[in-house]
Amino acid sequence: MKINVTVNDRERVFDITPDEYLLDTLREHGFLSVKRGCDNSSCGVCTVLLDNKPVASCTLLTVKTEGCHITTVEGISKDAEKLSEHMGDEGADQCGYCNPSLALTMYALKQEIPHPTDDQIKKYLVGNLCRCTGYQSQVTAIRKCLEDEE
Amino acid sequence: MKIKNYYKTSNLKDAYKMLQEDKQNIIIGGGAWLKLTNKNVETAIDITPANLNEIIETNDSIEIGAMTSLHQIEINKGLQSHCNGILCEAISHIMGMGIRNIATIGGSIMGKYSFSDILTPLLVMDTSLVFHNYGEISLEEFMSIKRFDKDILVKVKIKKDNCRGYFHKVQKTALDFAVINIAVSKKENIRIFVGSRPSIATEPLKAVEYINNQKEVNDEVIATTASLAANELKLGSNSRAGSEYRKSLVEVYIKRGLKEVMSNEN
Repeated sequence: MKINVTVNDRERVFDITPDEYLLDTLREHGFLSVKRGCDNSSCGVCTVLLDNKPVASCTLLTVKTEGCHITTVEGISKDAEKLSEHMGDEGADQCGYCNPSLALTMYALKQEIPHPTDDQIKKYLVGNLCRCTGYQSQVTAIRKCLEDEE
Repeated sequence: MKIKNYYKTSNLKDAYKMLQEDKQNIIIGGGAWLKLTNKNVETAIDITPANLNEIIETNDSIEIGAMTSLHQIEINKGLQSHCNGILCEAISHIMGMGIRNIATIGGSIMGKYSFSDILTPLLVMDTSLVFHNYGEISLEEFMSIKRFDKDILVKVKIKKDNCRGYFHKVQKTALDFAVINIAVSKKENIRIFVGSRPSIATEPLKAVEYINNQKEVNDEVIATTASLAANELKLGSNSRAGSEYRKSLVEVYIKRGLKEVMSNEN
């Protein structure tokens, strides 16, 4: 079956099966910044934005995205670059595997809670796991990145 | 889960007709837990276009459309203030934002999941379900029916009252299923439900009857109620915890829950 979606502001037609997950569809079409981690909704590295809301693409059937706007990290490249600089300054990333999902979730956080407290940041990002850091450096990087933008 | 065909419609009559056509046809909610089952589905029916994703406050109830996402509920002001916001509190500890934006209240209820953190708080509130064909039924009655005829859940109704509430989920990590979850409420009477035992949420009936028959609820009555509940409930063992550990948790958190709903009264 065919569905129409918009990925990073570009209209796309995907030929899919009804039980196909968005992670598989996106990766098959070359969106390799969307990573596969646990593949069972737990780690958050497969996060993309669906109409500006973070969703775990390993858990969302592609067919349910018909007519929606999907954003991968390439669609928020300026914001991702800024966060990346702060992450580097704070020593908050090592392998970088979770960075695209972290940047997308932070982007959604900004839209939903424009001036978040540290507790709100932590709560919002609880589903984005990182095997390298202890999370504190990530929260500090995000805090500084948000302050920079104000 | 394997899905052969996908049918999307805004018309609930059509969806209901299609649902009855084949044993293996199902209504699909958000789809968050599909990977947990090995089911073969002939046609998955998606009622997203029916716009059942709103939370509406009427004079006497809060009505949640079946396709409302868990995150929409979590941030709803009316639900945050009803019964001490126990439904929102319970939802805020379910997995991460990426799942709470996918999972729907309808899917969470119809799955009757034993690990559910949603059924437990809903059961201590005055909650009913509105189905396309069956009409309205209390959540408690729905839970007691083993084989409910295939139907479409349209909305969840929570009666607005002055109920006070408590919810606690014991979990080993922030993203794990509950070792146990406990909800307590107080209106005229006290209700207690315990879920993820690891089987589905249930009420310790003798303990609840005992506390509701006391003229005064003091520390001694609370301690007796908690102990009665811990002994009465069937608590099992799984990879998360043994039954003895669950028994200790149930007693402690029912005590805390009762104290909290009683102290809110003053």
